[in-house]
Amino acid sequence: MKKFLFVLLFLGGLSLFTFGQGRQTAFINARIIPIVGAPIEQGILIVQNGKITAVGDARTVRLSSEVTIVDLKGKVIMPGFVDTHSHVGSPAGADSTAPIQPDVRILDSVNPRALSLQRAQAGGISTVNVMPGSGHLDSGQTLYLKLRDDALKIDDLLILDKDGKYMGGIKFANGTNALRTGSGPFPGTRAKSAALVRDQFIKAQEYRDKIAKAGSDKPKLPARDLAMEALVEVLDRKRVVHFHTHRHDDIMTALRLAKEFNFRIVLQHVSEAWKVADEIAKSGAHSSIIMIDSPGGKLETVEIDYKNGAALEKAGAPFGFHTDDGITDSRWFIRSAGVAVRAGLSRDKALYAMTMAGAIMLDMADRVGSLETGKDADFIVLSGDPLSIYTHIEQTWVEGKKVFDRSRAEDLVFAVGGKGATDDGDLSHGAHCSDGGNE
Amino acid sequence: MSKAFTSGTRKITFRIALGLCISAVIFAIPAYGQIAVKGETVWTMAGAPITNGVVLIKDGKIEAVGTANSITIPSNYRVLNAKVVTPGLIDAHTVIGLNGYLNQPHDQMALDGGGSFQPELRATDSYNPEERLIEVVRQYGVTTIHTGHQPSALASGQTMIAKTWGKNVDEATIVPTAMIAVTLGSGANASGRSPGTRAKQASMLRAELIKAQENAAKKEPAKDLKSQIMDRVIKREIPLLINAEAAQDIMTAIRIAREFNIKIVLDGVADGHMIANEIKASGYGVIVHATMARPGGDRANLTLENAAKLRAAGIPVAIQSGYEGYVPKTRIVLFEAAMAAANGLSREEALSAITIDAAKILGIENRVGSLAVGKDADIAMYDGDPFEWTTHCTGTIINGRLVSDVIK
Repeated sequence: MKKFLFVLLFLGGLSLFTFGQGRQTAFINARIIPIVGAPIEQGILIVQNGKITAVGDARTVRLSSEVTIVDLKGKVIMPGFVDTHSHVGSPAGADSTAPIQPDVRILDSVNPRALSLQRAQAGGISTVNVMPGSGHLDSGQTLYLKLRDDALKIDDLLILDKDGKYMGGIKFANGTNALRTGSGPFPGTRAKSAALVRDQFIKAQEYRDKIAKAGSDKPKLPARDLAMEALVEVLDRKRVVHFHTHRHDDIMTALRLAKEFNFRIVLQHVSEAWKVADEIAKSGAHSSIIMIDSPGGKLETVEIDYKNGAALEKAGAPFGFHTDDGITDSRWFIRSAGVAVRAGLSRDKALYAMTMAGAIMLDMADRVGSLETGKDADFIVLSGDPLSIYTHIEQTWVEGKKVFDRSRAEDLVFAVGGKGATDDGDLSHGAHCSDGGNE
Repeated sequence: MSKAFTSGTRKITFRIALGLCISAVIFAIPAYGQIAVKGETVWTMAGAPITNGVVLIKDGKIEAVGTANSITIPSNYRVLNAKVVTPGLIDAHTVIGLNGYLNQPHDQMALDGGGSFQPELRATDSYNPEERLIEVVRQYGVTTIHTGHQPSALASGQTMIAKTWGKNVDEATIVPTAMIAVTLGSGANASGRSPGTRAKQASMLRAELIKAQENAAKKEPAKDLKSQIMDRVIKREIPLLINAEAAQDIMTAIRIAREFNIKIVLDGVADGHMIANEIKASGYGVIVHATMARPGGDRANLTLENAAKLRAAGIPVAIQSGYEGYVPKTRIVLFEAAMAAANGLSREEALSAITIDAAKILGIENRVGSLAVGKDADIAMYDGDPFEWTTHCTGTIINGRLVSDVIK
């Protein structure tokens, strides 16, 4: 009986859902920060079928009589945040057998029901790049996810490209994390690390050439190699390399490798970005930076500084923020923008770095990161100035569906914590570090 | 030259000034400079905030506090202006100075792995006043720290209270032996030896307290280091700082404290919001975990509203930066209080948790924690609401000396 009731309720919910999606919803009277374009006072945002169909104000947007009105007077609307480096869902990538494992897919490891995903929604994050750890030169393929609600399986969170393929990058790292002196195949020095990476890319070039040479002559094709296939995607500039790097010299090594093999790179962490900001700008590479409250904790981050954002802005280098959750907590991701402004970054650039900059890095500039007609209806509702400590994220919407609402007790717990806010998958960053990787 | 670079240069210059020729900074102003601090808002924490207030400093102490109209600033006083003035901030529990920012074996001195119960280890024998993390927190307005041995052994050692300024440990120290750092819960379990369970932890702690009681009753009490310090615990001279996050561990701490009539301060207390009435009834003060501490394990029920809920129950609450084993190597207690202010505490309550209430729980309220005549001249200056992420600390004064003027 109970089951029957549930099914009825489910069907009822489904039809309501379908109805809601088909109908236009207008969010009115809020201050809209579209990121691309100037802020709009008493703005109007219209959403239909998970997409934005209009953004403007009473002068530019006409409300039809069919539209459902949501009055958000006194609130602020801006795009959902794009977190360009996170470990929500407690994934573990490569194992301890080899330093370079491009065949490993985080797709096969993320727990789509982990409560860390709910907490990320509470932090206003709608799109996230989930990465394996950094204890390897290459710890595997990353995954770009939309933080939709009610995910039962990983497929429910995937983002598909134009060819219907799920989107993601690949994680590389240099510096000390992958160094394991005297331990099997792992490197013992920085030069060895670079050499091992070069070797693999040369192998991938040869693999690619063999395939090209074989053409339609199938017997001549090399044996399928999942690792090589992933690296060929990198060489073909289809798969972005998210390169964990901290120190100025390691940053330069990462840029050197990208240039040698002509792959697309996002510098991750970039703790000493302020020392080589001009060089980063010149390379054209994107940076994904993290705000850490004090220097050190590990030798490569003794010179990390809040001023990285300001330095990259000044140099004209594109950059966004990341949480590296659980290094920093998804729930207060917006704090990254606040403390970066404290250290000299402009307010506009800070909000851009929370949203549009990440969208570009993840090849989703046409879908997320700003509030523009035709884009996914991924947005957040805030109680006030996004950079104020006293402001709360009240709602998070993904593709036209509300996935977090602070006024609901069952959602509030994911914002503030308390009983039920965590699960076993969250235990102190454990799954992430168990593969030998630290951030 | 980029702005980032110039500010970096400035920081380096300041560090050189601190590290190489401390005297140069001091000579820039009189050794105990006579200073007048003017603030558009002065949070004295000893009454309502003063609009357009003045704090006069003489010989390292606060000489006068009041409105600009009521105080005449002597002509030979150096005048410092700030939008917001607060008492120097107090971090009620940290491990910096024992643990350093490099996070390498040679600068991690807050835990000796040799034993589960070592209350005789003195924090003052490890404290490095030149540690960079101390400079970091000082630049945000933190002037007093309660630091020492870290949680993660049943008794890891002693704690101390220090100013974040001083050429050597003696100059920095206010209280050489403040408390004994005790941990109950999963973090106190040792690998390969006892304790290995919660019940064993309680049993071992009881055994040590019984030993101390018996020793105190002897005609010629044992004088070894452990006996001496435990004697002070049993005589209520020194409290145990009991780190207990899970509800059952908090209750165990309270139970044992009652059994032996010892003084304790509860530390961490992640589950405190679930047993606020019991904590209130115990009468013990709480130094609550860093607001933004990571959830999980014994801290599965961590909430941003913990400080607010404990305070609402009438429990004295101080906020700590806590212990970090990795990145960031220290949290900034100002930010932890800010997050509490955004989650249930009023601004004034949050500020009191890192000033006067922290001073009271640490037993140093006669010297620091508020801006009142005769107290140490420890002051933090800000260019706006201290809790906003985008506000800067513009200066820090300790014992009447301007010890930081970087914009942080």
